[in-house]
Parts: sequence; C-alpha cells; structure tokens
Amino acid sequence: MSKFVGQRVKRTEDPRLIKGLGHYVDDIRLPDTLHVAFLRSMYAHARITNIDVSEAMNTPGVVAVYTGRDLGEKIGPVPCAAALPDLKVPDHRPLASDKVYFVGHPIAAVVATDRYAARDAVDLIMVDYEELAVVVDPEEAAKGGAVVHEKFGDNVAYKLTAGEGDIDAALASADKVIKQRILNQRLAPIAMEPRGVLARYLPGEEELTVWSSTQIPHLLRTQLALMIGIPENKLRVITPEVGGGFGSKLNVYGEEALLGWISMQLGKPVKWIETRRENMASTIHGRGQVGYIEVGCRNDGTITGLRYNVFADLGAYHQLLTPAIPTLTGLMLSGCYKIPAIQINVTGVFTNKMATDAYRGAGRPEATYVVERAADLVAAELGLDPVEVRRRNFPKPDEFPFKTATGLFYDSGNYEAALDKALQNADYARLREEQKRARDEGRIIGIGVSTYVEICALGPSQAMPAGGWESATVRIEPTGKVTILTGASPHGQGQETSFAQIAADELGVDIGDVTVIHGDTSIVQYGIGTFGSRATAVGGTAVYIAIERLKEKANKIAAHLLQADISKVVWDENGFNLEPEPAKVAAGAGVPEADLPAGQAPGASLPEPQIEGKKSLSLQDIALAAHLAKDLPPDMEPGLSATYFFEPKNFTFPFGTHIAIVEIDRETGEIKFQRYVAVDDCGKVINPMLVDGQVQGGIVQAIGQALYEEVVYDEQGQLVTGTLMDYAVPKAAMLPWFELDRTETPTDVNPMGVKGVGEAGTIGATPAIVNAVVDALSPYGIRHIDMPIKPENVWKIVNQQS
Amino acid sequence: MKKAISINVNGTPHNTEVEPRMLLVHYLRDALALTGTHVGCETSLCGACTVLMDGQAVKSCTIFAVQADGSQVTTIEGLAQNGELHPVQEGFWERHGLQCGYCTPGMIIAAAQILERNPNPSQEEIRHGLEGNLCRCTGYQHIVEAVEYAAKKS
Repeated sequence: MSKFVGQRVKRTEDPRLIKGLGHYVDDIRLPDTLHVAFLRSMYAHARITNIDVSEAMNTPGVVAVYTGRDLGEKIGPVPCAAALPDLKVPDHRPLASDKVYFVGHPIAAVVATDRYAARDAVDLIMVDYEELAVVVDPEEAAKGGAVVHEKFGDNVAYKLTAGEGDIDAALASADKVIKQRILNQRLAPIAMEPRGVLARYLPGEEELTVWSSTQIPHLLRTQLALMIGIPENKLRVITPEVGGGFGSKLNVYGEEALLGWISMQLGKPVKWIETRRENMASTIHGRGQVGYIEVGCRNDGTITGLRYNVFADLGAYHQLLTPAIPTLTGLMLSGCYKIPAIQINVTGVFTNKMATDAYRGAGRPEATYVVERAADLVAAELGLDPVEVRRRNFPKPDEFPFKTATGLFYDSGNYEAALDKALQNADYARLREEQKRARDEGRIIGIGVSTYVEICALGPSQAMPAGGWESATVRIEPTGKVTILTGASPHGQGQETSFAQIAADELGVDIGDVTVIHGDTSIVQYGIGTFGSRATAVGGTAVYIAIERLKEKANKIAAHLLQADISKVVWDENGFNLEPEPAKVAAGAGVPEADLPAGQAPGASLPEPQIEGKKSLSLQDIALAAHLAKDLPPDMEPGLSATYFFEPKNFTFPFGTHIAIVEIDRETGEIKFQRYVAVDDCGKVINPMLVDGQVQGGIVQAIGQALYEEVVYDEQGQLVTGTLMDYAVPKAAMLPWFELDRTETPTDVNPMGVKGVGEAGTIGATPAIVNAVVDALSPYGIRHIDMPIKPENVWKIVNQQS
Repeated sequence: MKKAISINVNGTPHNTEVEPRMLLVHYLRDALALTGTHVGCETSLCGACTVLMDGQAVKSCTIFAVQADGSQVTTIEGLAQNGELHPVQEGFWERHGLQCGYCTPGMIIAAAQILERNPNPSQEEIRHGLEGNLCRCTGYQHIVEAVEYAAKKS
C-alpha cells in the first residue's frame, strides 16, 4: 500500500486558512492603492443619452472617472473562445457606451483614494436613460419581438444540431413516445469570495501585475495582454488564495482588463472588490435551458431514441464559453445508456440578462437531468421500476470502450456495479416496501434514483478552445526539498496536498518536504487551469510523468556516481541502490535533512556529496551532485528538474448512482430528506477525504438547484434575486447526512487511472432529488415537476387532490 | 468628522480615530491589517465576517466600528492560544471542514460559539447553530464532523 496516495492525508493548505493567515486578493495591501467602484445599469435595456460625471469628479478623494465613451476601443473586446459556425458575437467592451443591455451592465468606473469615497462618487454620476423594449424569456426571444442587439435583426445567436442515428425513424417506430418540457433554471454560482482584482503597473519596468481571483491565470494573462495591448511577457497574473470558483472564475471579465488599464493610466495600484450585489448581477450565471424532450421506447423499457430541442438563454453578451455550454449538454445526452438515435437542436438566444456560462458541471448537469428524467418518464409510462429501466439500457462492462450516438467513446465503466452497490447500501427493496406502508398510512414518501455518467478531465486539446493539456515542473532543490510547479490553479480542491501525496510516494520523501506552487504566471510554466474536473486527472498526471522523467535522470546520475551499469541500479522509496537488496545507508522514509556542516548557512558553499563507499544514494545525494555538477555523466545538463506537458488522449467518464429518499409534509408542502445514498466511481482515489468533500459539496449544489435556487428576472429584466436574502443558497440545517461509497473501475486514459470528481455530485444528484419528489407525488398523477421544487407548488398538488 | 474609539482586539488594546460610518470589518481589515475576517455579502447573510464581540458571535460587516468602542473583539487570528490551535480549528483541519477557506474564519468563530453555549451539541443543533454561515464548497457535512471533533476534544 502506498504511504500517501490513497490515504486520508490532512491538507497542507489548511493551517494558514484556519488561522486566518491566507491571502485572498483583498488581503493583499500595496501602498498608495486606489480603489475602484462601478456604476452599473439599473435598466435591462436602455439607450444612454447623457452621462454627467462632474459632481462625482469633484468629490473629495476621487482621482478619476472613466465612462465607456472615454474608453472607446482602447481596451479590446471581452473575449469569447467558443467557435461555433455562424455565431453572432456582439462587441462586448468593459464599459457600456451607447446602450446598456442588462441590469448590472457596467457604465462607469470611479477611482478614489478609499473604497468609501469611490462608492459615494458612484451615486453622484447622473445618467439619462431612454428605456428600450426588454426581452427576458428565451422562448419569447427566439420568436421575435424585442431585439437585444439591433444589428443582428433577431435574438438567435446560433442554431446547432448534433447527434447520430435516425431520430425520426426511431421515434416513429417506438412503442411509446413520451414528450416533456424540461427546465434547467438559471443559477448563480456564488463563490463565497466574490471576484476581485488588484492591478499594479510599474512605469519604469513597464510591467503590469494583475492579482485576480481566477481559475485560469495563464489563459487570463494571454487574453488580458491582447485586450490591454501589453506584451504578454510584461504582464504577470497572480491568483492568490481563491475563495471558490465553480466555473464563475473560469472567465475573462471586462473589469480585469479595465483595472490593468487604469493602473497603466495612473501609474498606481488599483483595486476593485466585487460586492455581493454586483456578484449576483454581473458575474456569470449557469444553466438557463428550456427544452422539450421526446423519448422513444419499446414496451420492455428499451430506450430507442431521444430528441432534445432546447432554447439556451445566453444573456446579453458572450462571456468566455457562453455559447459552448449547450454543446456539452449535447455530448452527454446518451447518459449511461445505449440509445441508438440522439438528436439535440440548440437555439442559443440573446436576452437582456447577464451571460450564462460554466457553472459546476457546465452543460452536463443539464444533460444528466434530461436523460435521468427521461428514464423515469419511461418507467412511469410503462409501469416499470425506474431501476429496471436503467438496467435494461446500460452497456455491459465488456462493451467498453463504448461509442455513443453523440460521438463520444466512453473508455471504461461498470454502471451496474455502482447501481447494485447503491441499491444495497440504501436497501432499496425494503425502501419500496416501507414506501408502500407509509402511503397506506397517508404519508408521502418518494425514492429517486439517478445513474449518471459525466465527461471529465477536460480534455484532449482537439476538443478544447485553448488547449486541453496541463503542465508540471518537478524540481529537487540542492538541499533535497521538492518543488512542484503546476499549471493547474486549484482554488479549494486541495491539490497542494494531493499533488504532494503523489510526489512523496514517487520520490520517497516526506510530504512535508514537498511544496506545490501554482497561480503565478511569472513563476509557473504556462498552464490551462482548474475546471472541468481536470486538475488531478490532467494536471496530476503531468506531475506524475514529470517525476518519472526526473527519476530517469536521477537514475543515470546514480549509476554514474556508483560507477555501475544503469541496469544494476534499482529504485526503492529510499533512493537508488546498487544491489536489489535494501542495503541502506540513509535509513528511514523521508529525505534526511541536508547534512550541512554545523553552523553553516545553506546560502554558503554547499557540502560535498559523500559518495565514496556507498551502495545507495538518496535523492538528496543525487540532487546535490546534480547541482554541484562536478561529477556528472558526460554531456548531462546540471540540475535536477523535469517539466512535462501532458496531453490526454481522451476525456474520462466517471459515473455512479445517487439515491434520494424524501418525505413531503402534507400541511406545508415542505420536502425533507430521509436519507441520501451515493456510490461514485472516479477511478483511482488519491485522497478519499478530499473526494468525499468534493462529492458532498457537489451534491449540495445539486440540492440547491433541485429545491431552492433560482435567478429570477422580472418581465422588465429587473434582477429580483439580487442578494443572498432572495437567492436561496442551501444552509447546513436544510441538508441530509450523505451516505457515500465508491466503486473503482480502472481507466487507461492516464497512467494513474484518475478520472476526476469535482462535478460528480452536482451532475448526479439533481435528477435523483427531483425523481424522488416526483415519485412521492406520483399517486397524484404527477410525472414531472419543474425546479426549483418549491413547497408552494408541492402543497398545491397535494391539497388539490387530497 | 472622525471619532476616537478604543477596542481591544485579540488581547491588544487599540486606540484609533475612525469615520463614524466605518464598518467593524473594515476597521479590523484596513486599520488593523487583520485580514482573516472576510467580507462575503455586506448584508449579514453569509457569516464570513463573524467575530466575537464581548463573547458574542456577531457579523462585523453590519456593525460600525464606533459601536464596538470599549469592547473586546476576538477574530480568527486571536483564536489560537500560545501557538495551540483552538479545538474547533483543529477539528476543521482533522475533518476536512474547509475547501477554499473563505467562509472558514467566520464558520470557526460561529462553531466556537456553539460549543461555548452547548459543549455537547447534537448534529441537528450544530446545523441549526451554523444557519447564519454559508459555505458553498463543503456541503457542511465535514464541518459538522469538525465541530463534533472539537466537542469531543474540549
């Protein structure tokens, strides 16, 4: 058994965080920093006829006020990386100039000596608006009427059809075709740390440093360099501690470019920290799909075809991946089933709202919800147990790699094993008996099952807009300490620990001797970032392979120093040994402390490696020899480090089964969890404690979508859910105890067999919960109910019919 | 017009002149450079800014610094004593009670208050006690376990 990998290792990042000593963007203090506050549109759609900033400018402490007209085209457009045929792309600048297109659209930026003064001055800017017709509902937007962007003539940003198999024939020849309107409501990601930017331009060095709370420091650097017009090698992006992202910080925002630009104008550091109200209105939202499904089946429950006609509510502008999110929905419409014909027809529409984009799961929760609701609709139509419908449509383990009608190859899977384990853990048969008894007693209990598969470890570069690889540098310093530079930029997932676990095992060092550095583009080689459940499966693999490369070099040095043929030098956790038997000089696991002469600082001359007579060399001996470089094999570079850019050959496809058991309060319509059972298969587990944490957090966001959360705009496009008072983020007391378990099906997509787990809970759980509520309400003739399932709606169903 | 206030923070007295409208959380963060207390919503809904004021857990984003005049404030930086982690801090580390860490200082302060009032809370009581604090990462289960760990420990 590995010493670290697979163990519940406590996180190395925690001590600073539990003491309040970590540094998020707003915790970084630079002398003479100016503070920025934004004036944002209070209208969803309006022409700006006049802006008067004179009073704001005269406020004490105010240094500058910038409007969209001041800015013109000095900063390039906010980028959209989604390449879709005939996509309409509106010109999206950091500040509105002639028109505003959504509530929260930034109009002016005030720069002042403190944040209170900046916000005071925002209130003194006078804007004259001429209100324009507003479009909020995506289906209405597609039909015509009010137009968001006049120059496009209509609101359809793109149309896309995908899928394989003859869907018309499949539906025509099916025993039953079931139709259902399906809603994936708009959600707000709500990272607990709102966005924040600190920018500092040094006019002498001509260098701009941008601290931003982002998931993608390197991609952000490239895009900001292009937007601001500064050479990329004069721009440094640093992501300090990031207080959650969930996709909302997988983006390039106008504010990030604007802050950099303002710092260059003023030659001083400038800081903007998003308020929660701004975060609700002006940070991307997720989901926002209204669709119509047609599912065809045979009378035995075999699903023969699935069509999904969907209106994707894009909002007023494209952010980085806005139009691409529904394409991920299309890819995952087969779920974990053999469905011979699948078709998705996407109509992406502009509305006078904030952009939607990647929110935990990003298109896949929508697909899973569609497929898992479809499976239950089939079961209800045919009077079959939902579990049996699922079983009937699973590909068997020997059918992998399994090709879907959406064009994917699922590399590995054993769906029935996860299902069986979950059924056993939940004691499904007994639950059904109890449900029957409870119904006889007048209680309303529902059992919901979801068997999901997700697409993770994004992904091969061919399938990604800006590279799907990830990078790592692993370095052994002269004193034997190990430094890892990862291009993935974790922000809560715990890779400082899990990558150190990998390194500690592979290098035979103590985990405390490994430091993982990330999120600084001037220190870390180019990387892609943390999203799409990719950091460990792609970034961790890069670390793993870099270590292998480093050990190859170390092995050559060891053979040279031991004056042996390389074939006679064997690695074990203590180092490189001349003989296979573990004859040890340096005993013990970790790398021993550098044997520096007493009283000598490490900065002084390094000690000579003691090689003579040894039959075994620790990595520390080799690292020292590699840096002293006095006795290396001919033509070998000094130093001991390796960099690897890992390009995955495929996505990974984690899967599992989630089972929710709910009881409905007849008097109030309230939905209470009785139990929640989940079995997830994310392949090889590096740290089970971190995996549990990811799954639990993911499930709670799914519970949020199923039961509580909804971004609401009224018909004038006013954001009704603009604070945490109105937007219901789940609280501790609303939630059940999660009974988690795992299966482990290997994958050969990467050498460690890691699949990714960051989004599993959010993808797998939502339909389980809705299926449970629908199951509870099935005696009332209910086959579907839209999210979020509010007690009010449940109460109406129960009390109209009882 | 600035007003002189005297606040004892983590055992150290501070005499400062502040604007009457300065929030306690900005006083702690900007005037005293104690940045462990976070701002998450500015409306006392998320609890990231929770500190102890005269022993009561309060949300420092909706209290003016002048209202804390003469009081004793404990922030996350002052919870550990003589280099020893508070049992709740230890519990969060042991039980993986945090991911991104942003809600954590407020969550730990709130949890410490729960245990002070009820040394052996049930899971339900812990969950109820944490209703004023939002966490978006953990799903709370490990936080509940962290508080249970601390209860056993203290």
